[in-house]
Amino acid sequence: MYLYLKVLPNEYFDSVTLMAVSAKVKAEVGAQLVTILMATTMNKTMLEERGFDSTELCGASANDCVIGVITADPSPQLIEQIEREIRGGGQQEKKGQAINPATISSALRQIDASLVIISTPGEYAAREAELALTQGLNVLIFSDNVSVQDEKRLKLLAKEKGLLLMGPDCGTAIINGSGLCFANNVRRGSIGLVAASGTGLQEVSVLIHRLGGGISQAIGVGGRDLSLDIGGIMMIEGLRALGEDEATKVIVLISKPPAPEVQAKILAALVHLGKPVVVCFIDGEILGGSEQRLRFVTTLEGAAMAALAYGGLDVSSKVFDQKFFDTRALEESRKLMPSQRFIRGLYCGGTLCAEALMLSRARVQPVLCNVAKRDSERLANPMASSGHCFVDLGDDMFTQGRPHPMIDPNIRLERILEEASDPEVAVLILDFVLGYGSHADPVGVTLPTLRIAREIAAQSGRYLAVVAYVCGTDLDKQGYEAQCSKLEAHGVLTARSNAHAAELACKIVGGGI
Amino acid sequence: MGRHKLLGQTLKIINVGTPTFTADLRLQGVPHVHLDWRPPAEGDAELVAVLARLMEHRAEIKSANDEVLRRVKTATGRLLGVKPAREVILGLSDMTILHAGPPVDWADMAGPMRGAIMGALVYEGWAKGKDEAQSIAASGGVRFAPCHEYGAVGPMAGIISPSMPVHVLCDYTHGNYAYCTVNEGLGKVLRYGAYSAEVLGRLKWIEQGFAPVLDQALALAGGIDVGGIIAQALHMGDECHNRNKAAGSLFLREIMGPVLRTDFPLEQKQAVLEFIKANDHYFLNLSMPYCKLTLQAGHGVPKASLVTIMARNGFEFGIKISSSDQWFTGPANYITGLLFPGYSKDDAAPDIGDSAITETMGIGGFAMGGAPAIVKFVGGSVQDALNYSLRMHEICHGENAAFTIPALDFKPTPLGIDIIKVVETGILPIINTGMAHKEPGVGQVGAGLVSPPFKCFKDALVALAQDT
Repeated sequence: MYLYLKVLPNEYFDSVTLMAVSAKVKAEVGAQLVTILMATTMNKTMLEERGFDSTELCGASANDCVIGVITADPSPQLIEQIEREIRGGGQQEKKGQAINPATISSALRQIDASLVIISTPGEYAAREAELALTQGLNVLIFSDNVSVQDEKRLKLLAKEKGLLLMGPDCGTAIINGSGLCFANNVRRGSIGLVAASGTGLQEVSVLIHRLGGGISQAIGVGGRDLSLDIGGIMMIEGLRALGEDEATKVIVLISKPPAPEVQAKILAALVHLGKPVVVCFIDGEILGGSEQRLRFVTTLEGAAMAALAYGGLDVSSKVFDQKFFDTRALEESRKLMPSQRFIRGLYCGGTLCAEALMLSRARVQPVLCNVAKRDSERLANPMASSGHCFVDLGDDMFTQGRPHPMIDPNIRLERILEEASDPEVAVLILDFVLGYGSHADPVGVTLPTLRIAREIAAQSGRYLAVVAYVCGTDLDKQGYEAQCSKLEAHGVLTARSNAHAAELACKIVGGGI
Repeated sequence: MGRHKLLGQTLKIINVGTPTFTADLRLQGVPHVHLDWRPPAEGDAELVAVLARLMEHRAEIKSANDEVLRRVKTATGRLLGVKPAREVILGLSDMTILHAGPPVDWADMAGPMRGAIMGALVYEGWAKGKDEAQSIAASGGVRFAPCHEYGAVGPMAGIISPSMPVHVLCDYTHGNYAYCTVNEGLGKVLRYGAYSAEVLGRLKWIEQGFAPVLDQALALAGGIDVGGIIAQALHMGDECHNRNKAAGSLFLREIMGPVLRTDFPLEQKQAVLEFIKANDHYFLNLSMPYCKLTLQAGHGVPKASLVTIMARNGFEFGIKISSSDQWFTGPANYITGLLFPGYSKDDAAPDIGDSAITETMGIGGFAMGGAPAIVKFVGGSVQDALNYSLRMHEICHGENAAFTIPALDFKPTPLGIDIIKVVETGILPIINTGMAHKEPGVGQVGAGLVSPPFKCFKDALVALAQDT
């Protein structure tokens, strides 16, 4: 094995660019290790542990880029290729191009901005957010790894200043019709969403769009906002903002079930909004006593339907042909061997995974999940499936040093092959999240692996059923129809909603029929 | 600062982080600016904490910095005469030699500086030859001090000894003076460490043949406004550090008549004018003391975080900030650029000279957008030259309306390097400079770009935080 190390002094690249290039180059050349990092103290230690020369690294700082390669191929051109990729791949400064400002303050001299989107490494996000808030700007923190203390401090600061601080994590929003970070291109309309869940917000907005409704605003407040520590500060601010927003006629709140104290606070805040509200606590208890202007639901699909009903939209004509899908499911199940009993859901979207888990629980038993709330359902080793299993591949343990699977679905490919070799596996569920921020062709990068997966199963005389859900709209840049028809052409059963996908998979393994 | 309402208003966005999101904003036609973001303070968490502490004093620091720039902008710079250093530089006693950069011991001095000091010892008659000069210098027989501590500046080795004539510039507003020697030209010259008989002979001619004529001419002219020449030269392709062709011509135009009106013999007057004409860098030794003089006015404002001196001695780079008299130093860097034929980068000495005072004042590398010919030294494009100038605004507190860049729609040059902004952004001042041969007496081997070490700014910031 050969170890190559190169420091590019004073060249900063964002981690998304670097991770994307690492993945690409590693896939192309088959090196044992391709790592491209900014030389932070932590990253330098990691490189030294991998056996790279510490003397070469000691002078490098967080503004210096380091390329480390371990490969059997004594070919130093690889390093040059990587240099070209990272310089050309990201939209870095090019010759003959005017420069971008370096700080928020200097950017304000160029643009009268109202919002700052922050996707720096988490350790730096709080500082930038504070600089933005103190200058009267709203903030969307896409970064993860922001401490709870920082989140609370910043949210209180934002509240005091009457500003919105969206995120951290679950970075998604649609503001005045513009999709920010991970968001789908949906029709504008009168339904306002506020969510502590990224893909939950995306799925509800997509379903509303497909059923003929539209979105006024969608505010993602971050996955931890309804925790005891944060206490729903921004959920309440978001609800208030939607209450005041003239374009919003119906409000949908989306979250995992919060702590009881926080729930009480949130429900109290709903009273004064003067607009109908749909509360969706995914996989929560069904709260009774619905008033006329308040409905509780526990699924994303239910949230979309309830919101449309408040809006007075008749969706009966849009309901798809259940029977057609049930027949397809039955056909799939007939191709299976008796040993093939289990569902394996491999999800990019965390909330999509949670919704599927909840809906499957009622149909098949037992269900396991790497991010299950209930201890009894927790998958012991997230790297190895067993039984009916739902895996959130966007969970931190899968994304250390790798892009989120919505940005780069490659993270899921190896797992697909593992599941395909398991004789007990009957059906895979795959979600494909389209929209801004997501991969340009998530289905396209997955299909070759699906072909191989089916060959692996076929070698042992098995058929592998695949159910997919494409969370996207006809307006999304990836093209909803195009993605779906590619899947259909490969014999993948393409569901009409995330909930529907779970339902179909259950039917294939004999649950719910 | 007012609150920006988000919903229902025109959405305008600053994107900090991954360019993917910027691409999507472009796709949707949302007005946005993408930041060229880097980890603050080069990712040093302790230093980020220091920045946060200083943020709490942001209002006081800002008003102190405003005051520094007010003083700098109201300073004037008039060239009044050319006098022997010992007559005008206060406290320049015998057996004292001034040098470029922060303080440095003989043992640590770069080759060119040692050579120039030996030359000066012989020139002053304090030593008979090279060997005696070396033993005097090494044994503490002569006192060394930075030019900057005497209101003076010197290019490259920057050596000033008492008999050398110096340009005398005056700031009438603040009553300050600044001094700089007469530029000897290119090739074998003292400032690059050459000390041959030819070099010393030229210095003697400058002292006895040149200076008296120019001094009388300046008196006849009633002085010459150096700032005015810089302002015009910036519109003619100079940045007044590494390129002084236009400024030199303008100066010659001003001084020609007065020189002819002096009562010296015609041949001597011709020789004086010929000397100025033949030296592309004559004006460097005027732009430098002009910058020194104006920045001197801004020095000494408590709590200010702006840089008033950047200087190098070939061993270390040193800076001073307005609110402190301490030098903050770090190892001098090597210059990146173009070498003259026959030299390799192993021949070059580290960064040397007081000429970075021009960048401190917002010209030189900071005004490269007005002097695109300079980027040829680093193989860059005209846009690169403009970008260097734009980039320097990121680390400066304000702008200098006196100096503008036509190619940037007459945007004023950046002014007042703020150590807080340098540390925060990791953007270092860009300096256009010449490259000296590491051995004494060889001369210039190339030219290019260089930056100060980050350490200077880091140390200055920590000290400022302690005092605030």
